[in-house]
Amino acid sequence: MKKYILDLTVRSVEHVHERYVLIRLTDDKPLPEMRPGQFVEVRVDDSPTTFLRRPISINFVDREQNELWLLVAAVGDGTRRLAALKEGTTLNCVLPLGNGWSQASDLHPLLVGGGVGVAPLLYLGAELKAQGIEPTFLLGARSAKDLLMLDEFRKYGRVLVTTEDGSEGERGFVTNHSILQQETFGHIYTCGPTPMMKAVAGFSRKAGVSCEVSLENMMACGVGACLCCVEKTTEGNLCVCKEGPVFNVNRLLW
Amino acid sequence: MVNLQVNIGNLRLKTPVMTASGTFGYGLEFQDFVPLDQLGGIIVKGTTLHPREGNDYPRMAETPSGMLNCVGLQNKGVDYFCEHIYPQIKDIDTNMIVNVSGSSPDDYAECAARIDALDRIPAIELNISCPNVKDGGMAFGVTCAGAESVVRAVRKAYHKTLIVKLSPNVTNICDIARACEAEGADSVSLINTLMGMAIDIEKRRTVLSINTGGLSGPAVKPVALRMVWQVARAVKIPVVGLGGIMNARDAIEFLMAGATAIEIGTANFIDPAVTMKVRDGISDWLDQHGCHSVQEIIGCLED
Repeated sequence: MKKYILDLTVRSVEHVHERYVLIRLTDDKPLPEMRPGQFVEVRVDDSPTTFLRRPISINFVDREQNELWLLVAAVGDGTRRLAALKEGTTLNCVLPLGNGWSQASDLHPLLVGGGVGVAPLLYLGAELKAQGIEPTFLLGARSAKDLLMLDEFRKYGRVLVTTEDGSEGERGFVTNHSILQQETFGHIYTCGPTPMMKAVAGFSRKAGVSCEVSLENMMACGVGACLCCVEKTTEGNLCVCKEGPVFNVNRLLW
Repeated sequence: MVNLQVNIGNLRLKTPVMTASGTFGYGLEFQDFVPLDQLGGIIVKGTTLHPREGNDYPRMAETPSGMLNCVGLQNKGVDYFCEHIYPQIKDIDTNMIVNVSGSSPDDYAECAARIDALDRIPAIELNISCPNVKDGGMAFGVTCAGAESVVRAVRKAYHKTLIVKLSPNVTNICDIARACEAEGADSVSLINTLMGMAIDIEKRRTVLSINTGGLSGPAVKPVALRMVWQVARAVKIPVVGLGGIMNARDAIEFLMAGATAIEIGTANFIDPAVTMKVRDGISDWLDQHGCHSVQEIIGCLED
């Protein structure tokens, strides 16, 4: 898939949470082809402590509005700078990068997300729905206020929720949700904190369900040149930016 | 029309702009961003006689105006390169240069000999300056005797253009450069990364898996420029300058300090298309200043 360097225009920056912003970007020309699970390397300007680009997963591509959505956790100087972007300014993006989720082959998939890791599951869910597959989203957070973009997810499938404090959905972690005992899923896609993904991977193994995870190792180049973001796999060290970010758990040493 | 052509030994470069090893893959990773045939050369990833897994993750730490890395020469070995990668890159119409590393002079020589057999690889860059591997690498680059032993062994086994990449982590880089020249190097390139460190104060641990790593990016540029200037005055062979070059202005500084060509490394991560901007910027500057050839500014500093 051809990669581009584009100065995209910021159409809006919506604070969806005290720490998370949804940045909607657009361009004069139609946005390039992008697959669910791929990511964008954004250049952070005007932040003296930020030197490298920041890899941000593709949250959604709205073809009608010609918009690319990025859900960003403002956790460091660079991402806080992104959260402060003004409408009408530009954001320099290298895209699309990485492999993306595998093509849908199962009619009853489960999409498990936690924290800002829910981001790439929205575009995936939308694409699955467009293919006539009804996805089930299982989204986890600390508390009800930390659940992100639930209304968007509900457009594309059934949404199940867990919170650690029980303020919404079932209490506990995603892997405690009762649906996992009640239904059999054919494939699991997951993205979120590493402990959560490892727990989901453990469940998938026990249940005998295939599972893909999206990793976010620290990156520099984003294109497989610098070999900084490697993950140990059954085939040795592989670049998360190029051979990933999505891996079948069978390839990982988890 | 400004003439950007320069020569390094028998190597003819269309422009003085090359890409630094370990920052541009095998070129193919950047082909959507850069017309590869318009580069002066592409120095591909460090290659060793035997495959290397490299160091554990984390291998990178962002630092003010730069980054640390401790990749540790991850590569699939020279035979894999010859069989699987060379066929993919041999028809790229620029100087495809292989960066060669090793853990003993014989290792380096054997690896270089196998690359000598590849028609479309006109040069190697000998890495005697990797700060991230225990067995070899920088160990050879920090003493004159070490540098001599590697260059001597490789010179016997390798018959095309031999560039030796020098470490800045030394007391006197000019002595090392002269030692390489005396053993038959056609050129020296400098600088490799400066050894550095970063600490995560919440975890009370070093950020990098092997504690230390090599610093690159604009943070090192003044150090690199000073060393290029010193070495260019100490040797007769052409010098290739690198270290934190982000734009044409930086590149012109290196050329004026005495570099015949330059390499762009870490800047490729910030702007994957930076190399063409640097080339065009050099050309424009020369044009605006009434120069017909880049040769006019190489080592042009006035006393």
